[in-house]
Amino acid sequence: MIETLVFYMFALFCVASGVLVVTSRNPVHSVLFLILAFFNAAGLFVLAGAEFLAMLLVIVYVGAVAVLFLFVVMMLDITVTELKRGFQAYLPIGAAVGLVFLAEIAFVGMTWTTAPSAQSNLQSATNAEGQNTVLLGQIIYTDYFYMFQASGLVLLVAMIGAIVLTHRKRTGVKKQVIAKQLARSAKESVELKKVETGRGI
Amino acid sequence: MIKAIVFLPLLGAMFAGILAFVRVGKDKHYKHKVDTYAQWITSGFLLASMVMSWITFADVGLSGNAYTVTVLSWIQSGNLDLNWALKVDALTAVMLVVVCTVSAMVHVYSIGYMHHDPDVPRFMSYLSLFTFCMLMLVTADNLVQMFFGWEGVGLASYLLIGFWYSKPSANAAAIKAFVVNRIGDFGFALGIFATFIMFGTVNLDVIFGNAASMATANISIFSGEFHAITVICLLLFVGAMGKSAQLGLHTWLPDAMEGPTPVSALIHAATMVTAGVFMVARMSPLFEYSDLALQVVTVVGASTAIFAATVGCTQFDIKRVIAYSTCSQLGYMFFAIGVSAYQAAIFHLMTHAFFKSLLFLGAGSVIHAMSDEQDMRNMGGTWKLIPVTYALMWIGSLALAGVFPFAGYFSKDIILEAAWAAHTSVGNYAFWLGITAAFLTAFYSWRLIIMTFHGTPRADEKTMAHVHESPKVMILPLLLLAAGACFAGWGAYDWFVGHGAQHFWGNAILVLPAHSALEDAHHVPAWVKYLPLVVGGAGIALAYVMYMFVPSLPGKVVQAIKPIHTFVFNKWYFDELFDAVFVKPCFAIGKGFWKVGDQQIIDGLGPNGIAHATQETAQKTGVLQTGYLYHYAFAMLIGVVLMVTWYMIVHVG
Amino acid sequence: MGEIGHTIGLAHYLTVGAILFATGVFGIFLNRKNVIVIMMSIELLLLAVNINLVAFSVELGDLAGQVFSLFILTVAAAEAAIGLAILVVFFRARGTIAVKDISGLKG
Repeated sequence: MIETLVFYMFALFCVASGVLVVTSRNPVHSVLFLILAFFNAAGLFVLAGAEFLAMLLVIVYVGAVAVLFLFVVMMLDITVTELKRGFQAYLPIGAAVGLVFLAEIAFVGMTWTTAPSAQSNLQSATNAEGQNTVLLGQIIYTDYFYMFQASGLVLLVAMIGAIVLTHRKRTGVKKQVIAKQLARSAKESVELKKVETGRGI
Repeated sequence: MIKAIVFLPLLGAMFAGILAFVRVGKDKHYKHKVDTYAQWITSGFLLASMVMSWITFADVGLSGNAYTVTVLSWIQSGNLDLNWALKVDALTAVMLVVVCTVSAMVHVYSIGYMHHDPDVPRFMSYLSLFTFCMLMLVTADNLVQMFFGWEGVGLASYLLIGFWYSKPSANAAAIKAFVVNRIGDFGFALGIFATFIMFGTVNLDVIFGNAASMATANISIFSGEFHAITVICLLLFVGAMGKSAQLGLHTWLPDAMEGPTPVSALIHAATMVTAGVFMVARMSPLFEYSDLALQVVTVVGASTAIFAATVGCTQFDIKRVIAYSTCSQLGYMFFAIGVSAYQAAIFHLMTHAFFKSLLFLGAGSVIHAMSDEQDMRNMGGTWKLIPVTYALMWIGSLALAGVFPFAGYFSKDIILEAAWAAHTSVGNYAFWLGITAAFLTAFYSWRLIIMTFHGTPRADEKTMAHVHESPKVMILPLLLLAAGACFAGWGAYDWFVGHGAQHFWGNAILVLPAHSALEDAHHVPAWVKYLPLVVGGAGIALAYVMYMFVPSLPGKVVQAIKPIHTFVFNKWYFDELFDAVFVKPCFAIGKGFWKVGDQQIIDGLGPNGIAHATQETAQKTGVLQTGYLYHYAFAMLIGVVLMVTWYMIVHVG
Repeated sequence: MGEIGHTIGLAHYLTVGAILFATGVFGIFLNRKNVIVIMMSIELLLLAVNINLVAFSVELGDLAGQVFSLFILTVAAAEAAIGLAILVVFFRARGTIAVKDISGLKG
């Protein structure tokens, strides 16, 4: 009972947040609604029993990606614009396409059955014992090791790429180059001037 | 020897042609050297041909040794079997003499006349090329070879009329000559085809042998039956009309005067225009069997004679007067043929060649002396300054007018007598028109002489101071031609149309016993014999009255008959008529085909159309690429939906 | 982990995933405002996919689904980082991130 209620609450909020992401006028609001959507999705994951993934969602998605979005939104000077009228132009065809899509999905949903051989095709069958995290850890570092390393590489490339793309030389930044400082000789830095009494330089 | 006669001019043409490509630049000395080579080699070859042609004439004509020399085999295809062969009989011999003599004289004359021209080797090359083609024509032993020569002289005529190709009028005249000739050539070609259909061969000897048996045969054209020989002869005559500038296809001859004067003398007086006469005379065995064709020839010839004579009376350009005179005399030759007096026609051809080329070259001398002035209204009072030219023009005109004892008297008279003696309606028509034309001929010839040489000088003083006699290289050919104009008629009368005619001609010309006009011509009443002389004298007298004694008379006469005069002065408006009926519609059709057929339809549906369609399609499709990301994403979404739908329909059903 | 309750079945989770997916798709091309919303819509899409994967993983008792979801998460993070970096550079170059002004690929 509680489970059902909680599920519907999470689901409703998730979907509503998603819609609001798209339709908000203020981009900061959009980002915040995105964060909300993620939180509710994490809740759904917990309900389903995949708590490691849920926490991952919160930490990575919300804590890193969404914050990144927020940074960029704040950094760029984005004006709050109105919902343009162009929305109306696409509505008919968009609605048509959407309806067709919906119909198909409904059709699929209604006629779909699990294949009889599904059970024997399982990649990494689980048993009821143990926590989700432990079990996940057991297969990630063994069966899916190469994918794990590859995803690490992907992250490395993304990091380098992001830095390279956005790096620019800034003028007017005073930076110490120690080597230059140490390589200076007395001749370049000090100059003796004879000063006559009563006169300046 | 006949091979030498025919091919030496070709060699000369090739040699001079190569020289024409030599770049002479500004060096006058070098140019003079190259020119001299071209001139003397071609003239030398032609003089050799001329001497050999006289020998051949004596051999074949006077001694009667006709022969045929095969040079090369040409076409053997199914039934069509013909060779390059040179047929020499009396008719050929006469033509050889005419062509080679006049051509040699023109070559020598051109050395002087074209001395200052920048393109001498090209000119000499074309002259020799023309001579070669003409010789091919007269020595042809089959119709196709004759057609080759026919076309060749047409080509040479085009090249020579348009010799000064930087003049637009010369180019236009050359094209006009070629196109009008072409119309005639088309008729000639159809005649050759018809001959081949009927006789199975184009070899002249075989055709003539079978002519009698085909006399009554019919040919079917477009599901109609026609008398075969008449059809053939009429078609061949169309060709002759084009080449010899008969009424209807005559418009090119006056304009051909755009070419240099030696060209006019050679081509448009003595040789090319007589090719038509020669061809009909050569085909006499066929023409004899078709009365209708002969009648048509007579009528056309006589009409041409009178038409040209009337127009010649009104023209002011000295060369045009002589050109119309040529046209008129050609008409004489044709109506002589029409009454089956082929021998008389060829006789007149020969004498005419001499005195007409004499007149042309003399006119060239006059033009040269008057510093390139051709309009007779700006001449006058020069006879004391250029006496030799004056005398030569007198000789030529006397021969043309048919005054005894010059050449024209003999040949013209026999023609008119034959026309009268034919006792047919067309013969009478021809006779009276011929008499009138003789009167007009004498009139305009003396009009020319008086306007050019007598009276007060109408040219300015600078020109008059420059009037001088031509150099010897130009006078000598004229003297030889004058000798021909004087003595050729009296000397050759017997051989051609007199008592020695049968022995002379042999089998070259066939005259059926029914067509005895030439025979009867010797027995006509005295008044017929003397009438041409009388009207000739009357014409001369009238010319003197109108131009020498009462100079105001011509003006008054013109005023009195102004409409008629305008009509005649404008060449009976033939050019305007042809322009409206043929030329303009032709251009319109051509333009239509070009603009609509070619550009709109073929280009429109083809390359241009496809290119345009490709561009348009590309542009319309290009609209899809808007550059907006969400458009692309939307397209992707639609794609996904379509794929899923398809999958569902196909696999799930 | 536990069983999914009898009243909340696989279909429910899948429905949620589908709705989120649709929302993300429409968010991509129905917005005229700025490019960041597009990026957020992409994140929504990935989230929907994740929900889908996890639901099936729990239903079938196969951990591979969750492992895969983990990796999707990783890649999504990387892609968001690069995407935003490009966006920043683009903003520096063009001065605007309004979607209607970004049509340089117009052909």
